[in-house]
Amino acid sequence: MLWYSLRRIAYILPILFGVSVVCFSLVHLAPGDPMTAVMPEFASAELIAQIKQAYGFDKPLPVQYLYWLQAIVSGDLGTSTTQNRPVLDELIPAIWNTGQLAIFGMLISLAAGIGLGVLAAYTRRLVTDRTITAAAIVGVSVPHYWVGMVLVAVFAVQLGLLPAMGMANTGTGVFGLDDIRFMILPAVTLALIPTGIIARSVRATVLDVRRQEFVQTLQANGLHPRRVFMHVVKNAAPSVLAIMGIQIAHLIGGSILVETVFGWPGTGYLLNTAIATRDLPLLQGTILVLAVFFVLMNFLVDLAQPFLDPRIKRQ
Amino acid sequence: MPQSKPNKSSSLRSDMKTPATEMPSLVIVEALRRRSMLKAMLGGVGLLAWPHSPVLAQSKEKVFRIAMSLSDIPVTRGQADGGAAGSRFINRSIYDALLTWDLSRVDRPADLKPNLAVSWSVDAANQNIWTFKLRRGVKFHDGSLFTAHDVVWNFEKLKNPKAPQYDPLQVRNGANWLASMKSYRAVDDYTVEITTKTPTGTLLYALSNIFYSSPRQWEKLGRDWQKFAFKPSGTGPWKLVKLVPRNRAELVGNPDHWNKQQIPRHDRMILRPMSDANTRVAGLLSGQVDMVEALPPDAVPKVKSSGMQVSTNVYPHIWPYMISHMPDSPFKDIRIRKAANLAIDRDSLVKLLGGLAVPAKGSVTPDHPWFGKPTFDIRYDPDEARKLMAEAGYGPKNPVKVKFAITSAGSGQMQPLPMNEFLQENFRDIGIDVSLEVVDWEAIRSKRFAGAHGAINKGIHGINYSWSVQYPIFGLIGQTYHGKNRVRGYNWGNFSDPKADALAAKAVRSFDSDSLNQALGNLHSYLVDQAMWIWVVHDKNPHGLSSKVKGFKQAQSWFQDFTQVRIE
Repeated sequence: MLWYSLRRIAYILPILFGVSVVCFSLVHLAPGDPMTAVMPEFASAELIAQIKQAYGFDKPLPVQYLYWLQAIVSGDLGTSTTQNRPVLDELIPAIWNTGQLAIFGMLISLAAGIGLGVLAAYTRRLVTDRTITAAAIVGVSVPHYWVGMVLVAVFAVQLGLLPAMGMANTGTGVFGLDDIRFMILPAVTLALIPTGIIARSVRATVLDVRRQEFVQTLQANGLHPRRVFMHVVKNAAPSVLAIMGIQIAHLIGGSILVETVFGWPGTGYLLNTAIATRDLPLLQGTILVLAVFFVLMNFLVDLAQPFLDPRIKRQ
Repeated sequence: MPQSKPNKSSSLRSDMKTPATEMPSLVIVEALRRRSMLKAMLGGVGLLAWPHSPVLAQSKEKVFRIAMSLSDIPVTRGQADGGAAGSRFINRSIYDALLTWDLSRVDRPADLKPNLAVSWSVDAANQNIWTFKLRRGVKFHDGSLFTAHDVVWNFEKLKNPKAPQYDPLQVRNGANWLASMKSYRAVDDYTVEITTKTPTGTLLYALSNIFYSSPRQWEKLGRDWQKFAFKPSGTGPWKLVKLVPRNRAELVGNPDHWNKQQIPRHDRMILRPMSDANTRVAGLLSGQVDMVEALPPDAVPKVKSSGMQVSTNVYPHIWPYMISHMPDSPFKDIRIRKAANLAIDRDSLVKLLGGLAVPAKGSVTPDHPWFGKPTFDIRYDPDEARKLMAEAGYGPKNPVKVKFAITSAGSGQMQPLPMNEFLQENFRDIGIDVSLEVVDWEAIRSKRFAGAHGAINKGIHGINYSWSVQYPIFGLIGQTYHGKNRVRGYNWGNFSDPKADALAAKAVRSFDSDSLNQALGNLHSYLVDQAMWIWVVHDKNPHGLSSKVKGFKQAQSWFQDFTQVRIE
């Protein structure tokens, strides 16, 4: 297991380096001068030079990258150019806000995705299966920001049952029923795609496992269907876990569109703001943290899989 | 059905939906009363949910909640970012300037009036020297007195890199307004002397954009502008009590404001950044906010039919094409420039915009004091336009090809995609074949700063960039700066004309309001006669307001007076 873990760690180091290069360079590829956002309107040439120097934009890109990497390694993600606040101070509350939404969305998508997937597999080719499969395809295919707008129009505007946007009680640290009320619509919207993907994967995996000889043997030996079901679930778990890991990482990465539609001040909204204002340090820092999180999430899934299926360790 | 208990932890949740204090059963009754099966069924779902917090309904606090089109709360240290919107919501709320805009009238363009300065004069012998007499008895929110020394301290904040209070962030947002200033000093506690580099009659407009942070509060907070941003102290009509970046700013009325007329008529104002127009509209319709800015035209019928208000008024805004006057541009030919202005069916365009715009006849509306008397009448006259194009050697069968850079959204850009597609057809009808290059807002800002001669504008003959004409330099005079005198951001097309230069120079040297208005009118007339730009429409700045909002008078300005708003 130790050797397996070390090998996984060795794999992610070059990935993390690649992620840092991509994060740094991608934002420079966008059209428009990144200096525009940090320059006063009608600045003199002197002032432009001063500000470029202050933000380190006067140096060649590779040098800027090395300075950036050096700072990141020491835990400094830089300073937002539009608000002059440390990027980390901007990111932490945003991650917390998205985290709340992601956990709620994840619970919805896990419960619904696994439940529906298993149900579809056990009702193969029946109406229930076809309905669930069709719903899963719709869930994955329909633009979720559009669904979000429809949900807002129905539940917030027409019926007034739930808030249309924003968070409740931000900053108090107390998590109450009101917080959940504000979360329902964005979380359901956010959970749509993962629910569809998980449901389809669970259905396919469970069907695959059920076709295997050991299941038929267990059934032939007269094992109680509930016990057989537990064996099926256990064997299906590693593949489902891999899918879930990616989906959870997606959820925690936030969704620019969903968070913008619901005015939810999480990482997606932060990215949207950073893009709109060409706040390079904020943009680079946010993308980097989310990308690293994504890599680590997959790493954790890789580590967890051998516990569910020891054969993976031997491969 | 028992009443739900008030949730103590949500006592500040005043921006929640008020109708939600209804019990779930009432939701069903209401739904059934409307004979809507869907609503009744979904109302049933409400039984499984829980009622909205009843605290708000029980609170007597009058709260005014605004959804801004910004994506973040502007900088709160003194000089806000976000252009006019930052100034509108933050600077003018927490702080005061030496002069301010008179926003009390809706029937004429807003003009400057005394504020922290009660009077001013220019030295007759040396027109570079200005003397400002300050209002006495004005206090910062921290209780300290506002004096001439604080004015100097704040100028140093923006002008002197060696001053301990020098703040690059505020420099970025405000220093350009002090560009004409050479030196300044406090003559006594209530007199400030400012010396400009050259005689500059437009200094007053610049000073209306400089806001004064409290030096005592800055010292108290350990000379830390970061901390100051969360506990700012100005002299304005509101005090900031809560700041959650990208989420909200909460301000309470300043009962000690020096101008009793400007003490807010409500207790608390909450500013929410919502860059997405649909989110703002949903917030208004669901009762989570009381006012939204930049209401999209297609939302107007729904807002009105929901018993809410839509407020509009013209203001110094123009939606133009800034066109290239470079030697290789087809628009170097005045006949093509005039033809393009005559090709636009502005009335139909206004209909497309739901009536939320006014056809343009120049950079300002004809009743504006800077309009002047242009001889070129901008109107829809396709026959005349085709005639001019024919004289220039072009026509619908032999069109001149040009390319415009446009955006899909952005500050003051209205509905840029359908508008540009509409105009593309108008231009095609007279023999101008326009191709459109769509870029985002920051990209087009880069293009504007670079000018038509910049490398990133190669092949571009115009940019569609909405513009403010509230300030003389920004709106009109700067459009004549060219060559080595061109300032980054002004005069994108490099329009160069000695007569315009002379008229602009005269305007800058006009020191009283009447002569400045006349000089700017002459300059504007000349720029229209030269068809410097293609002028399209003026926005009517639509605001959506809930039925609870009373007393809002929409001024002809980029700024609005929110102090008079009552919540009933």
